[in-house]
Amino acid sequence: MLHGYSSRVLHIDLATGETHVEPLNEDYAKKYIGGIGLGMRMWLDHSKAGVEPLSPENPLILATGPISGTMWPTGGNGHAFVAKSPQSYGVGEAKAHGSFGTELKRAGYDVVILKGKAERPVYIWIDDESAQLLDASHLWGKSPGETEDAIREELGDYYIRVAAIGMAGEKLARTACIINDKTRAAGRTGLGAVMGSKNLKAIAVRGTRDITVAKMEEFLEFVKEFHERMKGPAAQKYRALGTVENVLVHNSLSCMPTRNYNNSRFEGAEKVSGENLNENYVAKIIGCSSCAMRCEHMCVVAEGPYKNTMTRMEYETLWALGPYCGVDRLDAIIKGMELSNYYGIDAISAGVIVGFAMDCYERGILTREELDGIDARFGNAEAMVQLVDKIGKREGIGNILAEGVKVAGEKIGKGAENLGQHIKGVEVTGYDLRCLKTAALGFAVSFRGADHNRHGAYAFDVKGKVNRLVAEKGRGKMVKGMEDSYTVIDSLIVCKFSRGTYYKEFEDMAKLYTLVTGIEMTPDELRKAGERINNVGRLFNVREGLGRKDDTLPYKVMHVPIPDEGPSKGAMVTQAELDLLLDDYYEARGWTREGVPTVEKLKELGMDDLIHIVEGKEE
Amino acid sequence: MVKIHERKFVSADPEKCVGCQVCEYACSMTKDKAFNPLKSRIRVVRINQLVNLAVTCRLCENPPCVAACPRDALTQSEETGVINVDKDKCNGCGWCIEACDYGAIMLHPENKIVYVCDMCKDKGEPQCVKWCPEEALEVTTSDVLAQKARITAVKKLFQEAMKEKK
Repeated sequence: MLHGYSSRVLHIDLATGETHVEPLNEDYAKKYIGGIGLGMRMWLDHSKAGVEPLSPENPLILATGPISGTMWPTGGNGHAFVAKSPQSYGVGEAKAHGSFGTELKRAGYDVVILKGKAERPVYIWIDDESAQLLDASHLWGKSPGETEDAIREELGDYYIRVAAIGMAGEKLARTACIINDKTRAAGRTGLGAVMGSKNLKAIAVRGTRDITVAKMEEFLEFVKEFHERMKGPAAQKYRALGTVENVLVHNSLSCMPTRNYNNSRFEGAEKVSGENLNENYVAKIIGCSSCAMRCEHMCVVAEGPYKNTMTRMEYETLWALGPYCGVDRLDAIIKGMELSNYYGIDAISAGVIVGFAMDCYERGILTREELDGIDARFGNAEAMVQLVDKIGKREGIGNILAEGVKVAGEKIGKGAENLGQHIKGVEVTGYDLRCLKTAALGFAVSFRGADHNRHGAYAFDVKGKVNRLVAEKGRGKMVKGMEDSYTVIDSLIVCKFSRGTYYKEFEDMAKLYTLVTGIEMTPDELRKAGERINNVGRLFNVREGLGRKDDTLPYKVMHVPIPDEGPSKGAMVTQAELDLLLDDYYEARGWTREGVPTVEKLKELGMDDLIHIVEGKEE
Repeated sequence: MVKIHERKFVSADPEKCVGCQVCEYACSMTKDKAFNPLKSRIRVVRINQLVNLAVTCRLCENPPCVAACPRDALTQSEETGVINVDKDKCNGCGWCIEACDYGAIMLHPENKIVYVCDMCKDKGEPQCVKWCPEEALEVTTSDVLAQKARITAVKKLFQEAMKEKK
């Protein structure tokens, strides 16, 4: 018997309401671990090439990891969603923590595969063995948080866990997310729209099974050791100021995209700093189930027009709704964040879209009339809040903007195409890629589009381990190394904020995997699993028609040098530099010059069953 | 003769508790060799993101659970104050559960008899307290809690007075 895994996969056909359980493929479990790895691999098995992201034929996969359900600090609570993204038309994947994943594991499932489309709004009620579709017409229009409360109330159990979409997901906004535990979002790549396209409002879970691990005594010793590590320097940032510490750090390096990438530093940074946020708005720091770090900085606005607003805040969302829109008011930023959670939109994308709309307005591409009378100047905090509200409801100009900057830019035209800063249709995050060239490569090749969480390669640049302004050979190998580690983290699933506590990286993670599952796993095998998962992400994209041409950077990163005085002045990434970086990366990966995994590489990784995807695509 | 209260129980500090449920895992693992909050003698309540608290048996001086049991299955240890459950007498009727104001005594999902915090008497110390990463749990007495409350109140008063001077 496997430990860690439930060894069960639940299939639900939303059109018919039929459900069945099949055993988990143990070979997949060891090769793809769980979470996004297992999710992407199983998505390939259950979909056809070229599937429309918002059609019933795009399966939505929900996966826990082998660590989910245990008391492993940060690892007991994760879950991942995988589907074809309505933004990138390639990999859509997003994880969230909280207490939903742990409940699903206790209900006895490693993976839930959702197919088809319900005739009318439904939610899924998974109660251990039983899985059924219940009417959700009375929940339609509610926020994820309201939905969670209503479902707990009507099913009569306070400890039921819920992941739900808001109005944005119902209305198929490509930037919609899936939220559990009120403030935890599987945010990126628009999976809330995929859920909405199935008429699926929420997934409610109650699990009562015991979770055991293979080697309990040693496991508990290891937990204790990690509790100690998490009190130390590796987790200090998250325990103290939180990720919002980045505001002043990035600003001082002139690498914080400001006003839709018109600048790389923000004169109002002090006002929206993590220090200021913590001193004046953070009311409590709370933790997810099984966590020993606790990082969730809950902010409350005590006075003013946004009085009584309460939400979690992180750097990325603060940056997007703040500096990226030129907004220097924390109360408005907190309001924008709360609204994003209310409507169920990815708050990073929401902020980037508002910044884009403001840029269009200031350049005369969008008029005040077209913006429903909103004076969308950069820095207008009220305008930012109003636009987020419109995006969430898909009302007025918000209807177009909710599609994300790529689609909105194309629809608006008149040069707006170049003002939307995205990669593969997914909005950028808070790192100015013009002056962080290792990060730029990581962002360009990320299988889920613009994202810092697929590689963390910014760390080399920000910490000064390389010359961040130079594109040179060797960065490919560095990005690959980080990616292989990050895919394992997202498959186990453990929290990225805890990555620093794995002092010996793969050695620690392999030990964890073995103690939990009883499956012998060497550090090298686990590293290889990380590489395999990056390859399966790539194969997903290759099958769906993405390639080298899509491994690119936002328009301004490649065409508009940083204008600001300071250490990054004049920086940008040229096509020649990008080509050099891509060649170097593909070589490090053992892929073709077009970025396609070779048959040889797939054989080396034991992925013979997926060779058909690359056949005929090799040079 | 007046005697200070010695009954020790586990109490969570609302300022420190973050709702992480590590105590639930530690408890179920200690008592049932599995990770399962449904088998934990301490349960976490999160009313909203700001209001988190772990709740367990307070070892009441005059325990309503004991009084409510129609089968005399519950007794309170005179020495420690811990509620003992006579497994042969308990039939899982749940009167004690209804009587407890704190939801601290519960019906075990498998044994079908009630279970409640026993202060991990065979382990020497409550394991939830040992594992709590936030040091939010402590073994305390009602006297110590009262002392702390008084000190906090006086500090608060003092703080207000200082503010008024400015």
